[in-house]
Amino acid sequence: MEDYKYGNLIIAHSPHIDDGVTTTKIMAQVLIALVPAMGMSVLIFGHRALLLLLICVVFCVLFELLFQRITKRQETIDDLSAVVTGVLLSLNLPSGLPYWQAIIGCFVAIVVAKQIFGGIGHNFVNPAILGRVVLTVSFPQTMTSWPLPNQGFASVDGTTGATPLGEFAKGNLEQLPSNWELFLGTVGGSAGETGAFVLLLGGGFLLVRKIITFETPLAFLGIMVVFSLVAGEDPLFQILAGGAMIGAFFMATDYTTAPLTSKGKIIFGIGCGFLTMLIRLFGAYPEGVSFAILFMNILTPHINRLTETKPKMGTRNV
Amino acid sequence: MKLFGNGITRGIHVEHHKNTKNMATETIDLPDRVYLSMVQHIGVRCNPIVGVGEHVDVGQPVGDTDVFFSAPVHASVSGKVVSVEKIMSIMGTMDRHVVIEADGNQTMWEGVKPPVVENTQDFIQAVRSSGIVGLGGAAFPVSVKYSPQNLEMVDTLIVNGAECEPYITSDYRTMMEDTNYIIDGIEATMKWLGLKECYIAIEDNKPEAIAKFYEMLEGKYNIRIVILKSKYPRGAEKVIIRETTGKILLPGKLPADIGVLVSNVATVGFLGKYMATGIPLIDKRITVDGLAVTTPKNLLVPLGTKIYKIIEACGGYKEPPAKIIMGGPMMGRAIYNDGKPLIKNNNAILAFDAKQAHLEEESPCINCGRCIRACPTNLMPTLMNRAYYNNDWEEMKRLNVMACIGCGCCSYVCPSKRMLNIVHSLGKSKIKEMEAAEKNGRL
Repeated sequence: MEDYKYGNLIIAHSPHIDDGVTTTKIMAQVLIALVPAMGMSVLIFGHRALLLLLICVVFCVLFELLFQRITKRQETIDDLSAVVTGVLLSLNLPSGLPYWQAIIGCFVAIVVAKQIFGGIGHNFVNPAILGRVVLTVSFPQTMTSWPLPNQGFASVDGTTGATPLGEFAKGNLEQLPSNWELFLGTVGGSAGETGAFVLLLGGGFLLVRKIITFETPLAFLGIMVVFSLVAGEDPLFQILAGGAMIGAFFMATDYTTAPLTSKGKIIFGIGCGFLTMLIRLFGAYPEGVSFAILFMNILTPHINRLTETKPKMGTRNV
Repeated sequence: MKLFGNGITRGIHVEHHKNTKNMATETIDLPDRVYLSMVQHIGVRCNPIVGVGEHVDVGQPVGDTDVFFSAPVHASVSGKVVSVEKIMSIMGTMDRHVVIEADGNQTMWEGVKPPVVENTQDFIQAVRSSGIVGLGGAAFPVSVKYSPQNLEMVDTLIVNGAECEPYITSDYRTMMEDTNYIIDGIEATMKWLGLKECYIAIEDNKPEAIAKFYEMLEGKYNIRIVILKSKYPRGAEKVIIRETTGKILLPGKLPADIGVLVSNVATVGFLGKYMATGIPLIDKRITVDGLAVTTPKNLLVPLGTKIYKIIEACGGYKEPPAKIIMGGPMMGRAIYNDGKPLIKNNNAILAFDAKQAHLEEESPCINCGRCIRACPTNLMPTLMNRAYYNNDWEEMKRLNVMACIGCGCCSYVCPSKRMLNIVHSLGKSKIKEMEAAEKNGRL
């Protein structure tokens, strides 16, 4: 007979410790990184931007919860990923968009892009991007009515105008704002994609916290600069205007829908930047970031397959 | 001469928790009984060579076999053999244990005398007789490791003093307390195996040990100190070879195939002492730590001492233990009760209380790629995890699961708390099983 003091101890395979990082903590840090962009969009576009933000977050979480209740799946709203999707979607919409249209966007993002493919980790396209793209093609009128900035809380039905990229597409080069205005974000556009400065701040935070790696944003923006120089355009204007910043730091770095390896991320970033420039310079739409990322999302499984790592050391001899 | 590790291998930063670093090794009170397992090594199990009722002295062999690929077991106390019984080992197998009731005299066996070594053959024989196995954790018989088929091609000894596992400080204490023995062991090994170079690899979180060796190696130009960045798992055999010599072990090769031998500091330290005294491997320096232990300590414990006796020597349990680990928290083995006896390759016992033992539940993989960035072997744990749940063994094999060294970095960094390391272990055994079945089918 075996004698012992304490039996029934926990049996588990090693390792017996972890670094304490959880999905929820990662999502929370993404939200923290988005705070400056959210603040800026409310500051520039007023209370409607705030309401749009709240509606998107509430409906994204609600759709996720309802879907998981109805299909009797494990409820995962506490991982905060639906909140992140809601924030990103709202930052991609013009602040004057009718609320019911935004709610359709939430439905597409959460239910169509994410949940029917199996929920977090299983979606093959970025939910917020799909939401925005579906809205863009379904409601071209409202999705391209960009409210002009600096209206604050005073105006309810603000005046609208073309975005810098819209003017650029039409060839009204003299109407373009200065790069400095683009950097600060005091221009027309989606609620959150106009202020390059605040987005860089958030992106820098994610890089420092090692939530994202530098490969994708660097390749994305880098190739845009190269493309612009070759095409004889102002590279600074191209990366500061439109959704390039939010795309490079927050959308193309989405874990689930972007490649796993360093090499893959570089290919992905290059693809995104290249397609963005093609659409901007030659396409029918003034802005191409969402379409570019959506295309590259679809290619991700193939990029993963092509960029698999090879073992650096031998097999174990036991 | 000091060198720096080339720092090219990936890994992770783990909190060191080297709480017992400055605690000199204490000797434990003699246990009333020891349980000596006949399987304390990789290789052929020993047979008991003493009968029930027989008196044995300290250092007397109690288990051995005629097969070379094995290591004998020696009595760690003097006293009477009271039984030979089958006890479930921590590996889950029923192994024979020789149980000795201590008489408290600790009389040394008359056969214990310094080995007389005149050639390589004598040295290998002496190493085998000492019962030494790889003390770093692998428990590979050192006599087998030291007699590769291509010995004339082997020119480098790597002494592993990385001690990259959190909590454990027993190797550090060995380096501080038995520095002379380690150098003697290195010199004996190099002399009798005809090795030209030696690297002592130590992580940079142990500057005192580095300084001590540096001072003592003055003038010995063939022994060099390599300072490794403290990044887990620097002490893994494949990693330490790459970090010190830059050589890469290809699949299916042994370190000797690329001209190196790797031994733990405790192993060479033991050899140095054994060459001088002839006392075989009868005790082990271990670190006892964890939040459930009243006073964490470094202890010199006779082999076969039960875990709860060792904890008693540390003031007993402060909290009821929820998990007890033999070894470090990254690669150690959880045991189901504290009645297990200490075996040769144990270098720590960690008793975790409920809070420390708590790990989060698994959630879906979010493809963040952290496991890939952490893997020192450059594998893709997330893809292997997916293949495992699809029962796709071919895919696991294609993803080189067999190259996994089981260090646990992937599981450690996973935000979804996926049990990647266990999936790799299961995949490896499944593939081995299938390959064996295929081989048998063909015959």
